[in-house]
Amino acid sequence: MLDSPGCPLTSGFLPAVASDPAGKHRRRRAPPIGTADLVERTSESPHLRLGRLRELADYREILLNLIRKELKVKYTASVLGAVWSLLNPVVFLGVFSFVGVMLGNTMPNFPVYLLSGLLAWNVLSTSLQTGSTSVIDNANLVKKVYFPREILPLSSIGVALVDYVLQTVVLLLFMLATGTGLSWPAVALLPLAIVTLIVFTTGITMWASALNVRYRDVQHLIGIGLLVWFWLTPIVYSSGFVQQKLQGSSVLDGRSFWLYVLNPMAIVIQGFQRALYGDPAPVVDGVRQQVLFDWSVSEVALALLVVLTAASVLLWFTWRLFFRMSGDFAEEL
Amino acid sequence: MTAVAIQVDGVSKRFRLYKEKPSSLKARVLSSHSRAQDFWALRDVSFDIQEGESLGLIGHNGSGKTTLLKVIAGILRPSAGVVRQRGRLAALLELGAGFHPELTGEENVYLNASFLGLTRKDTDLVYRDIVEFAELADFMQTQVKFYSSGMLVRLGFAVAVHVDPEVLLIDEVLAVGDEAFQQRCLDRVRRFQRDGRTIILVTHALDTVRAICDRAVMLDHGNVHAMGTPDEVVHEMRYVLLSRDPNFVPEHGSRQVEVSSVQLIRQDGSTEGAFAPEEDLLVEVEVRANSPVDDLDASMAIHDGTNLMRAIGRTSEAGIDLGRIEGKRRLRFRVPDLPFEAGRYWVTVGLESAATHEAYHVQTQRYWFEVVESQQRREEMVARVEVEAEDL
Repeated sequence: MLDSPGCPLTSGFLPAVASDPAGKHRRRRAPPIGTADLVERTSESPHLRLGRLRELADYREILLNLIRKELKVKYTASVLGAVWSLLNPVVFLGVFSFVGVMLGNTMPNFPVYLLSGLLAWNVLSTSLQTGSTSVIDNANLVKKVYFPREILPLSSIGVALVDYVLQTVVLLLFMLATGTGLSWPAVALLPLAIVTLIVFTTGITMWASALNVRYRDVQHLIGIGLLVWFWLTPIVYSSGFVQQKLQGSSVLDGRSFWLYVLNPMAIVIQGFQRALYGDPAPVVDGVRQQVLFDWSVSEVALALLVVLTAASVLLWFTWRLFFRMSGDFAEEL
Repeated sequence: MTAVAIQVDGVSKRFRLYKEKPSSLKARVLSSHSRAQDFWALRDVSFDIQEGESLGLIGHNGSGKTTLLKVIAGILRPSAGVVRQRGRLAALLELGAGFHPELTGEENVYLNASFLGLTRKDTDLVYRDIVEFAELADFMQTQVKFYSSGMLVRLGFAVAVHVDPEVLLIDEVLAVGDEAFQQRCLDRVRRFQRDGRTIILVTHALDTVRAICDRAVMLDHGNVHAMGTPDEVVHEMRYVLLSRDPNFVPEHGSRQVEVSSVQLIRQDGSTEGAFAPEEDLLVEVEVRANSPVDDLDASMAIHDGTNLMRAIGRTSEAGIDLGRIEGKRRLRFRVPDLPFEAGRYWVTVGLESAATHEAYHVQTQRYWFEVVESQQRREEMVARVEVEAEDL
């Protein structure tokens, strides 16, 4: 109606570009735009390149602020504050010590064994649980502000790592109390185990958080999955015992142990335990008890390297998935 | 000369509308894709913005303004086309993005500032200004959950105006707070302009666009409907708004008597150019009877940019009996000392039956004139109109 010729109100007053209902007006050749800092946004999902790391670095302020925010929100409104974070492993320890006594657990120095594995496990489980919903929880930000979306799951992981450092205080107390010394070269496994844990956690959290935007089933799946996974990983019970059991069993000709250690977390946790628990096969009442896997330090290191490699590949793929899907987060939420 | 800061090149954006969005695997499996409907929020939108230019983006609700802003900001991905953009960009799509109620005002300032691209150091430098601008010095250590909504808005805005981008996208956020606060916001935008920043402003306030933008683009159903000077585009926008109003009919009546010409005449007799306030406006209406009429009541009304009636004159109310009309008659409606603020005004001319109020010929807001800014102005909500009639 507006475009009908002779429409009285627009007479003598047509705008510079009159309405073009058929969308026919051809664009004039776009003048060149300088290439410095040029950002192009197209319909194609961009390929994940290493340059993305630099972009992430540019936005680190947001990442740090989000981590800070999470920690503050988590702790400032509660009377005990960060003590809650320490209470979690202590309560766990109490419960499992009790269960252990009931089941006739004779493992020496159980607190250090449990905590060295449990704290590492907590990094994965809390990252995954909070990370999988991180994009949804911050829907308002995603819809209103541009920033690399990876920052959201990464901040969940960051919070979990800060918690890890806090909770390590409990572990250190027990190590001091029980006189568990760090022994060279086993302790050198610790940085490798930490890096592997972080890479693996990041890889799987990226996957979960991207998929959860489209399929909210993922967050429920994770709850159940983590429960099963936790008990399939030697954290509460002795890994050395598992090895003996499985290698001695006739199931799969004793090769079921290799199936068991396909669980990457079994290797990662083993790394932490080997670094922090001390003697992998302490002597109790004159009997040698194989608490950890019957592996040498270099064998554990090798296993960790294999897991690290696999986790890096996983991270590359899940990051790519996340990156590809993240362009549509704002409209999917 | 100057470089292009933003280039929007054939950008289209399609949204998929689901009756009920399948957000679980089960729903995804059970529902077929055919339930999704396509909705094109933007269609082949193209324009350039030069560095240092301020562009106003207007359009009715749902015309695609905010979608376009989000595409430019990188929040949404275009379905087709390219956006090329240079320089650091900050998008003010929402005040206080990321504000968390449990954090203190100070903590939220730093958090929010980082979303707008300020580093901690940058924020340190402007922190005092932010607090001062928000007038919340005593409350910075209070959790913002105890803030009133007005305080929150002020804090959010204070951070927003202290961003330091080369390209600034603003969506409606200027439309908050009281008038004094809005004025400060506008001052701030003008300062950005003086500093040579590139600005895209999405707003419903057409006067704001005319006051501060160099150029305007009007979107309609995702298409670029008009592009040009703010005056031109705002005028077009107003027309489109009016024409969408179901009550708006540009011209109607039985035409027993017709408006044959209307002239808006300045004090010096010219019909060109804008009016200065306190100048007289003369609306000269020529009517012609197609068949003789005994009960003509002629009227002239003036509406401002917000569609408020600012003046009305009626022959019947002025005590003028036009008598029997055969042939032509000239009517003069004079608005002495035009008591209007600067802006554009629209003139409606109506010829009706005094007895039955039936319309002979009504031209709704067909004519317009402009009033320029003046120092010594005297504003009145409704102006007085003097009416005279003359036989031809």
